[in-house]
Amino acid sequence: MAVRRFRERFIRYLLVVALLAGGWMMGWSQEAKAEYGDIVINNASDKAGMRPAIFPHWFHRIRFRCKVCHADLGFKFQAGGNQINMLKIIDGEFCGACHNGEIAWSVENCDVCHSGKPGTPTQVHGSTVQKLLGGSKAAPVGK
Amino acid sequence: MKPIIKVGIWIMGLALVVAVPMAQVVAAEQAAPANAPANAPANANVNVNKFNRLMKTKEERNLPPSQDGIHDPAGEGANLLQPPRDAFGSLPTSTSGNYIDWVKALGENKITPRYDRLNPKEEAVVFDLDIVREVKGSMPDVVYPHDRHTMWLDCSNCHPDIFVPEKGKNQISMAQILMGQKCGVCHGKVAFPVSECRRCHSKKKEAAAAKPSGGK
Repeated sequence: MAVRRFRERFIRYLLVVALLAGGWMMGWSQEAKAEYGDIVINNASDKAGMRPAIFPHWFHRIRFRCKVCHADLGFKFQAGGNQINMLKIIDGEFCGACHNGEIAWSVENCDVCHSGKPGTPTQVHGSTVQKLLGGSKAAPVGK
Repeated sequence: MKPIIKVGIWIMGLALVVAVPMAQVVAAEQAAPANAPANAPANANVNVNKFNRLMKTKEERNLPPSQDGIHDPAGEGANLLQPPRDAFGSLPTSTSGNYIDWVKALGENKITPRYDRLNPKEEAVVFDLDIVREVKGSMPDVVYPHDRHTMWLDCSNCHPDIFVPEKGKNQISMAQILMGQKCGVCHGKVAFPVSECRRCHSKKKEAAAAKPSGGK
């Protein structure tokens, strides 16, 4: 009697575990719906235990022409292709040219840039290359 | 009998140890509403025969960062960032990308992006020259308008690294563009994607116009 009840319970547990595991895996394989042109930069973040940085192109292009960052500040047209690190930023290079507490908020707001889901690979979100080469695994392609 | 029951209890204990953290992960995932529609195949509440199931509905576009699937809703930043819809409200729309016509938005002064990092009054150096590229095949020829590009960009962004500034010196194919080269350095990443064929292929072919269709 007791054994049969245990068996039933055990099978029920197995079912629950399988369902939960399935749901969990579904959660990871789902397609993200972030904004076209959002850049995820994860050259060093994961390794350093930070969330990856996300650059929203749409927000910045309302405030600056492309030229300001891509010609004047020297950002290459390639996700992950700019060797950006926090030292360069606090010394006024790359993001630090504006994110210095004068033009835009300063580096103490770590979480606002480093806001990506841990493990999200470097990418141009929603790009044609990403769609063609399959999901977020696609390596960003330069010029 | 008794050892079997003991083993059973052990297995149940193990199952619990596995199930509890997983349930927490699932709960955290479901806390972000963006994840809900994507769970479609497993979720009985979602219409599996949704019309145009691979296309984003209007409600699925321009989601707030905490729901967009790449921002971490557990981090503070995702909730501090501006939701795109708040910014896009008054801007002219388009059918792809951010669903915003950025060139029109700039032309109509709906946005006033700086041309200089520090000086909000500096005017863009706009260069007005259309380049016509005759294309093989049946598609209309391509007209490249310098003016709309120089409103945003500097000459040095494209010349000479991406495009040699000389007629006939640039081989461009759709395959390259699709793979993020040539025009595809921006178009298909931040500027409108190649699905907007007619915005580039906009000039009717003179020869094709004169010839009857399907001519020799």
